[in-house]
This record gives sequence, C-alpha cells and structure tokens, in this order.
Amino acid sequence: MHTQSINIDHVSKRFGNIQALNDVHAQLYGDQCIALIGPNGCGKSTLIKSVLGLAIPDRGHISVNGINISTNSNYREDIGYMPQIGRYPDHMKVHQVFDLIGKIRKTNKQQDFELYESYGISAIANQYMYTLSGGTRQKISAVLAFMYSPIILILDEPTSGLDPLSAETLKAKIKKVNNEGKLVIITSHILSDLDELCSHVIYMQDGQVLINKPYHKLQSETNEIKLTKMVTQLIKNNPSKTLITS
Amino acid sequence: MFKISGYLILDLIRKKIIIAYALVLLLIAMCLFWLEPNDNKAMLSILNIVLLVTPLISLVFTTIQYYNSYEFRELLLCQPVSRKEIFYNEFIGIAAALTLALIIGVGIPLLIFNAGVVGLYLLIVGIVLTLISSSISYLISVKTNDKSKGIGWALMVWFYFAVLYDGLLLWLLFFFNDYPLEKFTLLLTSFNPIDLNRISVLLKMEIGAMMGYSGAVFKDFLGKQTGILSIFIINLAWITIPLLLAKKAFLKKDF
Repeated sequence: MHTQSINIDHVSKRFGNIQALNDVHAQLYGDQCIALIGPNGCGKSTLIKSVLGLAIPDRGHISVNGINISTNSNYREDIGYMPQIGRYPDHMKVHQVFDLIGKIRKTNKQQDFELYESYGISAIANQYMYTLSGGTRQKISAVLAFMYSPIILILDEPTSGLDPLSAETLKAKIKKVNNEGKLVIITSHILSDLDELCSHVIYMQDGQVLINKPYHKLQSETNEIKLTKMVTQLIKNNPSKTLITS
Repeated sequence: MFKISGYLILDLIRKKIIIAYALVLLLIAMCLFWLEPNDNKAMLSILNIVLLVTPLISLVFTTIQYYNSYEFRELLLCQPVSRKEIFYNEFIGIAAALTLALIIGVGIPLLIFNAGVVGLYLLIVGIVLTLISSSISYLISVKTNDKSKGIGWALMVWFYFAVLYDGLLLWLLFFFNDYPLEKFTLLLTSFNPIDLNRISVLLKMEIGAMMGYSGAVFKDFLGKQTGILSIFIINLAWITIPLLLAKKAFLKKDF
C-alpha cells in the first residue's frame, strides 16, 4: 500500500473542437518522480489542471490518495503545485500571499522554510507582487509549492524563468523531497533537467498517453542515455501511436 | 469560512476605488440636503441616485472585479478549499464592500439630516439593489469568458432596467389603454427590480397619489402586509436566482 497515489481513470476532456485529453489512464504512486512530457498542446497542462480540479473532465474519474476529487477538495492539502506562470494579485504584498495561503491551508504539518530562506524571500516580503520580475514570482511559486510539506508535488515547467543558480537550488530540493518518499510530477521542455531527476516517464501526444514506463527500462530498451534520444527513438518506432507501458 | 471574503474586503478598500465611490455618494447626498431647502425633494433626488447610480456602479464594478480576480481565483482553486466556498466568499467580499460604501455614502447623510423611517427604507432599497446588481453581474461574468463582452452585457442589463423597460411598459400601456391594465402592470413591475423598489419607496413617501389610478392600485396592494411580503420575496428572488445560476456555472467551469 502506497502512502500517496494519483489514479487517473479513463479521463477525457474536450475544449470546443479540440480533444485535449483522450481516454487517459494512468496510476502514479509512491516515491515516483515522473517526467510528464510531450509536444506543445499534447494535453500535459490539461491533465495537471484536471488533477488539481481546475478543469473538470467530461468523462472518467480522478482520485488522489483514494479520494474522488470531484466530491472533495481536501485532497489538495496533500498537493504542492507550482504553475508554469505564477500569477498573483498585483495589489498583494509577498507576505500577504503567504499569510493568506497559510490561513487557508491551516495545516498542522511542519512548514518547510528551506527554499524560503535559500531564495531570500524575507528580503522582499513587503514588496507588492506587481513589482516583482517573472523569475522572482517563479521563486515564490516554488516556495509555496514546498512550504506546507505536501506528499505530492506537481511542478509545471519548474525551472523556466529561473536563473541557473536558483534552478539548481530547486532541482536539489526536488531530489531531496523525492528521496524522502514524496511523489513528484514534473513537466518540462528542458529534458536534460528531467534526466537528473526522474524515475518514470509519461509521454503524451494528441491528448493520449503514448509512453508510461520506468526511466531505467526506457534506457535499457533504447540503449540511449538521454531522455531526448530515448523518446525520439520510441516515437519513430511506434508510428501507430499505440500505448507503450511497462 | 469567511477568511477569504474578509481579505477581499480589505483588498478592495486598499485599492481605494470603493472609498472613492463612498465619498462621491457622500458628497452628492450632503450637497443635496444642503442645497435643497425641502428635505422631501432632496430625498427624491437621493432616491433617483440610489435607483440609477447604485445598480450601474454595482453592475460594472462587480463585473470588472470578477475578471480582475482571475489570478487570485486560480491561486485559491489550487488550495484545499471548495469551489463553492471560493464562489460565495468572492461574492460576499464584493457585495459587502459595495454595501459598506453605500451605507457610508448615503446612510450617514440620511442619519445626519434625520430622514427617519423613509430614509432607512431608502437605504435598504439601495442595499437590495446593490445585492441584485452584484448577483446579476456574477451570472454574466461566470458565463462570459471575455472581459469586454462581460462589461458590455452588464451595461446592457442596466440600460434595460433603467431606461428600456419603462419605455416598453409605457408603450404597452399606451397600446392597450382601452383595457384595465393596472393589475397587469403590478405584475410587470416585478420583472424590473428598479421599478418595483422605486414604487415601494414612493408609496412610503406618501406621494403615491401623484401616480394616479395606478398609484392607487399599487398602494392598495403594496401598502398591505401581503404587498410588503411580495416585494421582499421578489427582491430575494432577484438576488438568489442569478446567484444560484452563477454558482451552478462556476462549479462546472474550467480554469
């Protein structure tokens, strides 16, 4: 029995004429660190939004830690989410964002201030959000995702917009929490980042999951070391777009 | 439960627009009382402001605020808090801020100039129209993804209630003036909260007689307890029905 799990059960979602998710079925659990990859518009963000409850699937169910997410919002206590673009109300000060989220989360868990301190957030605590650069907002998103010690982390393009040093700090933090046994899902177009971090790979295309495999299996089957080349080879050898799983 | 709305009210006050709204109302109401020696006439002018300006500001402000809160809403939706809670908190935050501005802007002058029961009734009507306008704005905003379209619809609704509806009603009465339409008119006024509340205040001001035979019919019905109860129920329906429809759409919406 795994302490944390996400069960995506034949989920479909359509936006107008676009089939964003087409019968997506996947189980994510334990201390997996999953690279969720695929071309632009393949459905990664819709899948993440569906897990977070931001998008409502047309068909299928999603459960997080055994809770059906359509009936209960408390499951989000267990999730730390870092969006691709951290958008915050302009007229809020940095410390007000933290205060508000802290009040809503009302968690008894130990708060994790490691990234807060590494990124020197206390120095900008009194600044308004609209005065901050995109990179600094990303840092705040990262700090918020990790702060309330969630057991599942969903990180959407976590290193984009961050300076190299901050990106390395974040990657080290991701590795650390994953080693502590937390489930991590990362989407990124910078596949070299994912090489260092991930234990599993989910590749999506046209709203479908085409590959869902452990990282080391992909390596041994393709005889490639880098994720970019592994994926390229698998897609080339699988023109019929059938599901490749372990 | 109301942590988020409490925060929203403070945020709206910090943005100063709501303070400006309260101050403008306060200035107008005070000037009307100072400049008009007849308090009843001043009250009538304030009534017109409450009936026309309050719904317009509430409709437009709520709509703009809904679209401008997109980031805030997205932030909240990723937290362990239900959509229903977010929806009601946001509505309560905006409606409470607008109501507070109205109480300061209109309530204080009415209190200072000793407007009595009619003044209190006028203030209640203003609050009710604020809540109705905010509720309708919410329905428009949740159903319309585009901000400019949303504001356009909000303005259309105001134009319809404040101008167009009366015109249509007059045309109808003129066209069918051979028939006894008084009771039918009574029914039709319930489809326009501005008209309904205008009539109810005028009757309270004892100038219903100026409205002719229709006024007598209105007074006959609306002056009684069943009439007051009907006004209350119709106003409540105008607040709750759009709000519940907006909530239904909000729960199914993709962000």
